[in-house]
Order: sequence, then C-alpha cells, then structure tokens
Amino acid sequence: MADAGTGRQAGQVRQTGDPTNANLDRRDFLKTCAVAPIAGVMLYVVRVAAGEGDQRGAAYKATDHDYGMAVDISKCIGCGRCAEACQIENDVPHEGGYCRTWVGRYVTTIDSETIVQTIDKPKPAVDEKTILRTFFAPKLCNHCAKPPCVQVCPVGATFITQDGVVLVDKEYCIGCRYCIQACPYGARYLDPRSKTADKCTFCYHRVTRGLVPACVEVCPAGARIFGELHDRASPLARYLRFSKLQVLKPHLNTEPKVYYANLDGEVR
Amino acid sequence: MTGYMYPNEIELQWSLLIVLYPYITGLVAGAFILASLERVFNVREVQPTYRLALLTALAFLLVAPLPLLAHLGHPGRSFEIFLTPNVRSAMAMFGFIYAWYLMVVLLLEIWFDYRQDLVEWSTKAKGLTRWFYRLMTLGATDVSPRALRFDATAGRIITIVGIPSAFLLHGYVGFIFGSVKANPWWNSVLIPVVFLFSAIVSGIAAVLLIYVASCRIRRVQVDMLCLDKLGSFLFYALTVDFSLEMLDFIHRLYAAEESIKILSAMVTSRLFISLVVLQVLLGTLLPLLVLAVISPAFERRAIVPVPPAWRRRIFVVAALLVQVGIFCTRWNVVIGGQLFSKSLRGLTVFKLQMYGLEGFWVSLALLLLPLAILVVLIRLLPPWTNGHAAPAPLNAEARLS
Amino acid sequence: MAQDDRTGGTGDHHGRRRIPQQVTRLAVLLLLFAVALVVARHYLIPPTFGEIGHYRAASVGEIAARPVKYAGREACADCHQDVIEVHSRGRHQFVGCEACHGPAAAHATNPTDVKPRVPRERDFCPRCHEYDASRPTGFPQIEQATHNAGQPCITCHNPHAPAPPTLPSSCAACHGEIARAKAASHHATVPCTRCHEASDQHRDVPRANPPTKPTTREFCGGCHGKDAGGPPEIARVDLARHGQRFLCWQCHYPHTPEVR
Repeated sequence: MADAGTGRQAGQVRQTGDPTNANLDRRDFLKTCAVAPIAGVMLYVVRVAAGEGDQRGAAYKATDHDYGMAVDISKCIGCGRCAEACQIENDVPHEGGYCRTWVGRYVTTIDSETIVQTIDKPKPAVDEKTILRTFFAPKLCNHCAKPPCVQVCPVGATFITQDGVVLVDKEYCIGCRYCIQACPYGARYLDPRSKTADKCTFCYHRVTRGLVPACVEVCPAGARIFGELHDRASPLARYLRFSKLQVLKPHLNTEPKVYYANLDGEVR
Repeated sequence: MTGYMYPNEIELQWSLLIVLYPYITGLVAGAFILASLERVFNVREVQPTYRLALLTALAFLLVAPLPLLAHLGHPGRSFEIFLTPNVRSAMAMFGFIYAWYLMVVLLLEIWFDYRQDLVEWSTKAKGLTRWFYRLMTLGATDVSPRALRFDATAGRIITIVGIPSAFLLHGYVGFIFGSVKANPWWNSVLIPVVFLFSAIVSGIAAVLLIYVASCRIRRVQVDMLCLDKLGSFLFYALTVDFSLEMLDFIHRLYAAEESIKILSAMVTSRLFISLVVLQVLLGTLLPLLVLAVISPAFERRAIVPVPPAWRRRIFVVAALLVQVGIFCTRWNVVIGGQLFSKSLRGLTVFKLQMYGLEGFWVSLALLLLPLAILVVLIRLLPPWTNGHAAPAPLNAEARLS
Repeated sequence: MAQDDRTGGTGDHHGRRRIPQQVTRLAVLLLLFAVALVVARHYLIPPTFGEIGHYRAASVGEIAARPVKYAGREACADCHQDVIEVHSRGRHQFVGCEACHGPAAAHATNPTDVKPRVPRERDFCPRCHEYDASRPTGFPQIEQATHNAGQPCITCHNPHAPAPPTLPSSCAACHGEIARAKAASHHATVPCTRCHEASDQHRDVPRANPPTKPTTREFCGGCHGKDAGGPPEIARVDLARHGQRFLCWQCHYPHTPEVR
C-alpha cells in the first residue's frame, strides 16, 4: 500500500545511521496508517462523484434512448389497476372522467355484433351463451413517431422529445384544444385545473430515472411491457420478435410506438 | 350518450364560440368579395353597397378574434401565436392571415377609398371628431388629381390582392377542419371550398340585409337595380354552394367508408333538425328556389315577375333564411364533428350552456357587437357617398321600390 | 425636395418621380410596427425556446422533475428480502409489490413513519380473480359467492405465494368460461375428463403440461355415431358421410355443441 503523501511503503525504514530516525519512521509509519485509508476513501468519493460508481448519479442523455411499449391483449384481465396507478402517479383529475390510460371491454356476439364499454362502466348486458369472443384492450397515448397532435399545435407547446416521448409544456400551452381534436386515439384531454392539454407522458419523470411507467409497474398480468425500441436484448425486444404486432389505425400513418400483440380486428 | 365513446371524448372540446368564429370570418370574406365585385369586376349596379360592404367587413373582422380569445384556456398567452408559430399548423396561420387581412387589405382599402373624404372632413368637422379625422389621414393630405389617381390605382390593386386574401382568411379555417385526418366528418378536401362558398353566400346576404335596413333607417328608397343584382349574385353563389355540399354528401354515401354507419346515425338522430331541416331545406333549397323564381337573374327577366316591394321583402326573407342556413352549416361541421366517437361506435350529446363564457348569451352578444360597431363606423365614415367613382346613371323607374 | 401639395404640380422637373405622400406615411407606420414586433419577439419569447426543437427546452426538465409515487419493485428488495424470497418463487412472481400494496415511494424514503396499505379484506383479491367472461382462458378465477364465502382469502392463500393449499379439484377453478358454457349446453353432464386427460402437473404448471384433446372422429362417434349405444336423445350422424375430412371439433365447439 503506497503512502499517498510521501510515496514510501508503510513500514519502510530510512537507510541512515541517525539514531533519531527510528522514532521518525515510527511516526511516519503511524501517519501512513492513518492517512492511507482516508486517502482511499477520498479516491472512492472522487470516483463516485465522477459517475463511475453508482448509475443513479449519472447524467441522463435523451439521445441515447428511444422508448416504446407493447400491450399483449391475450394477457389483460381488465382489473383496471393501470388506470388507477396512472391517476395516482400523475395526479390525473378525477372530475370529468378524464383518463390518460383506460381499458375497454370488447364483446363479439354470435350475431357479429360487437359491443364495447370502458371497464369503469357496468358490463354490457349480453347473454353469455351468445358470446363468440370477448377480451380487454388497454389504451393509452401511442407516442406516435409522426404525431398529428404535434403537427397541429399552433405555438409549439406539444412536442416529441429526443427519446421519443410526446409531451405537453403546461407553461406554454394556450388551451386551444386543436391537439385534442387531432388525436385519432382519444388520448388527450383538457386538464380543467390548469386549462391546458394533458395526456400520458410514458411517466417521463420515472423513465428518465430508470423506472418503468406506473401502469407497467402495477399490471399484475404482465400485459404491458415498456422498453427501448432499439435494444437487442430487453423484454420489449422479445415481444417485438415473437409476437404478431399491430398498431391502432395504421391507415392514418401516425406510426404509433405502442405495439399490440394478439390484437383483434374489432379494436379501433 | 349511446354506444361507446373514448372516455376523453364524452365532453365536447369546441362549442358555440368556435361555431361563431367561422361564421363571422365568413361574413367578412363574403362582404369583401361583394365589394370586390364592384371594384374589380365593374358590376356597377352594386355600387351603393360598396362602402357599406367594406365597413361591414371591418366591423365583423374586429369582432372575429373575440370568440377565439374567449375560448382559449389561456387567452393571456395567445400572443405566442405571433412569437413562435408552428409553421406546420394551420391554426398558427391565424395570426398572420388575420393581421395581413386586417391591416394590409381591409384597413388600407378603406383608407385609400376614404382618404379624400377624410381630408375634407378633417377641415370641416369640429371638436374630437376633427382630431380623429386628422389622425386617420396619417398626415397624407395631398388631394391633387395625381394623388387621387394614386388612391384609385392603389385601391384597385389592394382589392385584387384582397380577393385571394379573403379566400385565404376563410379558406384556412376550412383547412383547419379539413386537414384533421383523425376525424372522418371533417377530413375532406371539399371542406375549405364549401366553407368559402358558404362564406360568400352569407356575406352577400348580410350586406343585402344591412343595406335594406340602412335604407329603412335613413328613410331612403332602396335601389332596386342594386338589390336585384345582389339577389342574382346570392342565387349564383347559392347554386355553387349547394352543388358543392351535395357533391360531398353524394361522395360520402357512394364511397361508404367505414365511418358511414356512425355518421349516418348522427345525421339522422343528432343533426336531423340542424342539418336536414335548417341547413338544407330551409337554409339552401328554399331560398334557392325562391330566388330562382323571382330574381331577374336570367336576362333581366324573372321567371315569375313580382312587384318591387314584394321582391324586396322576399329577398330579405331569403337572406335571413340563408343566414340561418349558413350558421347551421358551421354548427353542423364544428359540433357535428364531435358528436360521434373516433372509435366509430358511439354518439354523445351537446349540452348548450346558457350562461358562462361558452354560453348562449355571450355568443348572442358577440353576434350583435359587430352591428353596434358598424353603427359607429357608419357615423364616423358615412358610406353613402361614392368614394372612387361617380354614381352610375340609373333608370329612374328602376330606382323606385 | 419641395413638395407642391396644393397645386399638385408634377415637381419632377429633373425627371425624378416623387414618392406619393400616402406611401411615405404608410411606410413610417409599417416601420414602427416592424420595430415593435422585433422588440416584442426579443423580450417575450422564452429563453430556451428552439434549443432542441420547436418547443421550450426547459419544459423537458420540468416534466422529468415531477415527484415519483410508485417506487418500483426493485426498491422493495432493499429491505424486504425475506418476502422477495417467497414471492419470487410463487405464482405472483411477476406481480409487482405495489400492485397490491399501493404507491410506496413515500414509504421507501421514510419507512418508519409512512406505511403502505396491506389489503386483507375479502373483496380485494376478486378484483383480479373474480370470474369474468372477458378474462383470458386459464387465468385462475373463482366465483366469489360460492368460493369459501365469508372467509378472507388470506386464510388459505399466502398472497406472496398464493398457490392454493390443495390443487384445484375442479377444472372450473381456472376454466370458468368453459365450465359455464358447458353447464348450459347439451354436454352439461359430460365430465371434462371424459374428453381431456389432464395430469397433476397441469394443475401445477398449466401451460407447460397441456391436457389432451380427442384425435379421432371415432372418439365422438362413440356417442354420436349411427350405431353407438346410449339414450336416443343424443344426436347421431353417419360418420362415413358427415364432414369426412375434419375432426369433429374442427367445426363443432364441444363445450357448446348445439348447432342451432
């Protein structure tokens, strides 16, 4: 263990004939023993501050990421925990039934009639014997790569970040509601408290800290998968590889980044 | 609500105020096009309405941004449209098109047309109005023949530039709706064109009504040649407007895309009265038939000749019906586009509020405000004399009504 | 440059054209307006606007700085390793802690003063596990009214490793939709095991050990063939002529086999 101060090895004795040197050396030795651990700790602190140690301290670079999501229709059990968690995490207004994410129940009967209802409403009154297919379909903002909402905002209050998340600048939005009209998926609403447009943010405040969105975190069935679109190894990559994927309303060419696996054609 | 709507769609986003805005800018564009008929296309008969049409356009244009400001969540931030406009957004063009039209087209044209009178009035008037007129001349008091010729030429050029500007002023509103691919009721190439022609229809009808009303108030004979001409142009414009609307309607039914089921359900249930009854039957077909029959549009003879006094009354009724019809057109586009779900599986209802900023009374006030402004403008800038041309010699009998 | 206002004289003796008065006045007005616009733009456009794209760059940071309410299941592992041990081997291993315990970021930062909810009521678990026709086949579902009515679920099921104390004896425990459909059909009295062989492993690790399905037409012919025994109410077909190229269940859904 090198002595950070004098460069001498601990315990090294000066090669002189001076009888008083022995005392000095012992003092030096003791000093070394005290200083070295402190120096070591200081070096560790310096390394951590430089970000080499703990990842949570590292600066977040948006250009290194491109986020997407997958939803597996065959897994959703319609429990609604996703909508509840989103409401808590993001302070979504209760009044007015606004949703950043919601789940729809689809029931197709033997007469080829499809009835749809959001899960917070009463179940459609359908005789179970006549049901052909039925399932749940979660919906949220698709964070399109070609977002029509961003295209129509007159002032630049909504935008797509470098990591592929479509956000709304509450301090700049004038509340004209054009983006809400332009969204084909009904993902946006006007927050009655701030009078600005609002929508799912992929829990941007969570994903930039290495967490997953709240809806993904609490889904008990694993129907929602979040991750990087261009990672070769991640749960999302596995989904994109193994599933037959669809997006909602592909004919509108909005290039949504929420991919549905096992999606039924009745879903709009 | 029936069927299924996305949770965020149940409440309408754009309501009565946004119905008002295209209606008002439509009147502006239409009144200006009428004025340009006289100035550029030399339709002498409508000369008595030239200045009146310009003032009408100005009065409505001044009120036009008010419904938008009232509707915004943050009207205090509205200036952001001028500072950081998103050039890909049709709505961002509002600031520039409006400013251009107001300042470069309308105000300038009025200024050039009235300048000679302003100079004269600034010498003759007393008190506050004298200062007002002096200010309005901007110090350009040269009334030499050369300067007056310049005024006439400049006015003509501005009117020529103003015609496409008027098209743009109202056309971009149609584009705001027509370019929304998410909404199958709005997403149509025809919407900007239909908006434009219905604007021309409503503008001509508005000037007709204001002209007759102003003659009444001033106890002056209505110039029947002028009124007949207005009626003819109203008829032509209505024909084109109706053809375009029918084209859109027929195309939708024929192509029968996925949205046809829910849109048909909407038209036959939620929009039956406002679309089938008020817009099509009473607002377009009835005035069209009536005008076709009584208006001397075909070689100065009507199919059914009607004495002038009755012709005048029928024109007024037709113009009123047209206004109702055009207002309903705006209503059906704006409100109709939000009554059905983008999931194409459900319909909701529009609850018209009476009070509050988005309510009935505020909208009524915003519709009457331009008339009040017009009264003030008429007082300040009387449009009864001709600005740039001597009155056209007219048949004495034709003047009687 | 003398301007002859009153007489309107041409004044262009030297061949220069005078700029009309209207133009000069309007030009001044336009200049004032342009200056006002430039000044306004300079002071009113927010400082970070346009740095990255056509938006206020500072808003990205503002949005990213919002507080977190759900800590994420990795955070629970820091202190609750014992529960994680049990949980990671059970049927709920992919269910996040906060799915049941609610948002716990406040608890993670202040473990002693803030406690997450611990749901022990009977009506909590049925939110996921109550029978619902729209839930995927094979997802464990119960009919709350008849399944040990009145008792809290945790009496028999450890929520962190909720395997039932005994393996389900009835297929309906997971295959509720099929059971209900069959119970109202002509096959109501036909037990599941008549047509399907399910090993005990299927009840433990279902998707890795699927039950069998009949592989021959003669199997159904055992009851439905022309010469089969059994009560006359059973529908009969001539197997030699009826849909020869198919296995019976490729057309007839055996759990609701009614044709009309």
